[in-house]
Amino acid sequence: MYIRATGNISPQKTFGHQPLVDAVAYTGNRLACIEPDYKEFIDPKLIRRMSRIIRMGVAAAMECLQEADIKVPDAIVTGTAYGCLEDTNSFLSKMVEFNEELLTPTAFIQSTHNTIGAQIGLMLQCNNYNNAFVHRGFSFESALLDGILLLKENDASNVLVGAIDEITNTSHTIINRLGLYKQGEVSNLDVYKTKTKGTIAGEGAAFFLLAAEPSATNYAKLDGLHTFYKPDNIAEVEKQIVSFLNRHSVSMNDIDLIFTGKNGDAVSDKIYDDLAETVFENKETVNYKHLCGEYPTAASFAMWLAAISIKTGQLPAIFDSASNKKINKVLIYNHYLSIHHSLTLLSAC
Amino acid sequence: MNAPVFVAGTGIISAIGNSVAECLAALENERAGMGQMQNLKSAHSQRLPVAEVKLNNEELAQLTGLPKIKSRTALLSLVAAKEALANAGIENIKDLRTGFISATSVGGMDKTENFFTEFLKDNSKGKLRDVVDHECGSVTELVADALGIKDYITTISTACSSSANAIFLGARLIKNDIVDVVVAGGTDSLTRFTLNGFNTLMIVDEQFCQPFDENRRGLNLGEGAGYVVLVSEKTAATLKNKPNIVLSGYCNANDAYHQTASSPDGIGSYLAMSGALKKAGLQPSDIDYINLHGTGTQNNDIAEGTAIKRLFEPHYPKMSSTKTYTGHTLGACGGIEAAFSILALQHGEIFPNLRLQTPMVELPFVPERKLEKNVEVKHVLSNSFGFGGNCSSLIFSKVEN
Repeated sequence: MYIRATGNISPQKTFGHQPLVDAVAYTGNRLACIEPDYKEFIDPKLIRRMSRIIRMGVAAAMECLQEADIKVPDAIVTGTAYGCLEDTNSFLSKMVEFNEELLTPTAFIQSTHNTIGAQIGLMLQCNNYNNAFVHRGFSFESALLDGILLLKENDASNVLVGAIDEITNTSHTIINRLGLYKQGEVSNLDVYKTKTKGTIAGEGAAFFLLAAEPSATNYAKLDGLHTFYKPDNIAEVEKQIVSFLNRHSVSMNDIDLIFTGKNGDAVSDKIYDDLAETVFENKETVNYKHLCGEYPTAASFAMWLAAISIKTGQLPAIFDSASNKKINKVLIYNHYLSIHHSLTLLSAC
Repeated sequence: MNAPVFVAGTGIISAIGNSVAECLAALENERAGMGQMQNLKSAHSQRLPVAEVKLNNEELAQLTGLPKIKSRTALLSLVAAKEALANAGIENIKDLRTGFISATSVGGMDKTENFFTEFLKDNSKGKLRDVVDHECGSVTELVADALGIKDYITTISTACSSSANAIFLGARLIKNDIVDVVVAGGTDSLTRFTLNGFNTLMIVDEQFCQPFDENRRGLNLGEGAGYVVLVSEKTAATLKNKPNIVLSGYCNANDAYHQTASSPDGIGSYLAMSGALKKAGLQPSDIDYINLHGTGTQNNDIAEGTAIKRLFEPHYPKMSSTKTYTGHTLGACGGIEAAFSILALQHGEIFPNLRLQTPMVELPFVPERKLEKNVEVKHVLSNSFGFGGNCSSLIFSKVEN
């Protein structure tokens, strides 16, 4: 199966299918999405009613469908760890503040985790399969697996799959208190050098049109996906990676590039450092979370990078890569809080 | 990929009982679970009846072994999931690839509500332990870890159709040879967040709900959890009690009409039901019983009823809404009602649609008002429709061993 089209709103200039050249620098531990002019993609009357995450999700989905030249996909599957936080926060705060009186339904209606997929379905008048996954660092991968299975089962010939997560002031404050973010001076471009505790917060909306059939405009072939939960130790991580490649009859030598999910947190990154000395030894690995920040569905940003790299055969200029070797096969390995691990294998069409 | 997926076990906790056996007894004895709020602390406690599970968090914690400070959503989930696994009686589960697919609409919101009371006054206040399991997936992981399941874990949240989608994803994971066994269903606890949300939509009944009644006024919110254990054909063959119920059909469709309201003709409901029949290779006339979504709101019941009329006319199966017992348990209802549908198949019984006084004038059929025993029930259709237009239908069938 193939990735036919993409749409990506992120803290970088990823929307609009322009070459990705200069990295946008951020100071502080919070990277915010660069939002497009939504009017091109969403009816202005609807934009006003939508909260930020819904706008981002719907616009990324629409850009993806436009590129694929598909009006109504056979299925819509979304993944979001946190859901629509702004609406949730708004309803919850008013409920507490006004002691359960004087509430209006709008924020509640838009707070449900399936809102983005539902809004896309509503705008497209799409009566087809519509599902929403909400499992922390597996949210995107679960949605992706659902899409892969629908194609395999011949219940769909194309599937719109996307991941959406937002940071709000409230969630940033709470996650900060939980100790997940770096404190003090920090720049996203230097995040891997810090060797301290914590990471930088990110967010994003990335959509993909998965198609069963080849097409001249496809970005990449999606060869495999595997997730594993709470591995006992680094040896189990290595074993999972090796057996994943074996299952797909691929050797490490065939892999041109590995996207790894380093996020600057000394504890989290140790797994990647260990792998660099074993199964990933002498392989070209590229980190991406200085561009999008860390969030539970960040692997969707990596899949977007992998797709555009395979389509052009080269890493985007934003990476300053010295290698001119054509990129044919890419592995993505990501873990979230050492709990949720995922492997994705893509290759040139 | 067309190999059958068997139901090896079920587990339920709801307002009408803390186990499958207790729920069955209540269903047969027409004992509804609604009443005045005991556990939930809400400003609406005098006005809005709810269908609460009759155990407090401390009692649930004792029953499950989880700490009592954990989300009620997780506590309820673990009770039902444990029962489902015990009921399945799979001895060599450690040697099998096992998945846990849970659905929820609130996740750890019951705890987040407490956190917010302090947090809003001062952003440095509020106990972090009350917000750390806010995410829906966290609740699933608390339960998966307690059950020792780690081969495949995920969480679905498509409002009121969530756990129907979880069950059919479970079946697909088995068909695609990703797992051998899956515990699938859903859980939701009552929270002020959802109670107030539905209250602002003015669809909560101040009396006990009357689904499919001409004078219906709205829904009662409920809570609980319901899971099924699904197994592959190969695993089923190894079990002492070979299962004889299969998940034969399923379909997910979208109404694409409104974020919270169903279309007048119930197109999403129609597509979900007809798609499930197609998947099962069955005709409408093969269905013996429909466990209705039947929330009791004006909108749901006419949309669902109109879709049933279009699909089943002129031969209507027996039908009932068991939400007349459990209230609307949101993300859990597909799991609880799947387990009720399986009870109907196992016991040859049709559970009544309680409190039905005046049948809806627009509809040519009337749900069952009395318990029917010794009925031949071979195929049951279970409907779960929700916000966001998400409509899912499941079909459970009895097979010859």
